[in-house]
Amino acid sequence: MSETCGLDDMAEKTITRAQLSEAVYQEVGLSRNESADLLELVLDEISDALERGETVKISSFGSFSVREKGQRVGRNPKTGEEVPILPRRVLVFRPSQLLKTRINNGLAKAGKPA
Amino acid sequence: MTKSELIARIAEQNPHLYQRDVERIVTTIFDEIAGALARGDRVELRGFGAFSVKHRDARQGRNPRTGESVEVTEKAIPFFKTGKQLRERLNTGGDEE
Repeated sequence: MSETCGLDDMAEKTITRAQLSEAVYQEVGLSRNESADLLELVLDEISDALERGETVKISSFGSFSVREKGQRVGRNPKTGEEVPILPRRVLVFRPSQLLKTRINNGLAKAGKPA
Repeated sequence: MTKSELIARIAEQNPHLYQRDVERIVTTIFDEIAGALARGDRVELRGFGAFSVKHRDARQGRNPRTGESVEVTEKAIPFFKTGKQLRERLNTGGDEE
């Protein structure tokens, strides 16, 4: 495992594509290159579906959906000037109950005395 | 798109792989992300987005039906922030700069 070098030496680490494709490599036994390509393909397929406006449901993980936001009036916080915020599409992630439970169990184990 | 549809699409583009290997690949990816979050780690996938865990303090809640006050314990919730590239992709086709 690579170590994160940084000033704040917290317990928290950042996982990136490298660790995810390494996990795929370990699990399936394809080459490292192909594992990395497949990870990228998974992310691309999800992005494409979202771009088409589809909801992406990953059972026991969560769902990604696209929400349409209408135009509204915003304000430049520096100048106080009113500016229109154009209609846009935003992505919303809703974690599954299982993922929420898993994270809270992890927290209980890591943080506090049971 | 569901997880099985995602698997089918990946399998279609990789006819040399067994369907069950594609299943394992997709499952491994989400399992690794979930495992990292359960350890309190962040998962950052440039261009796609970042998963992190946010903490909510214990608070005094209220049962909305009875109005009764209840203790809500501290909890952690998974959070996803959309990456810049994906956010832009969702908003092209309009009048994007």
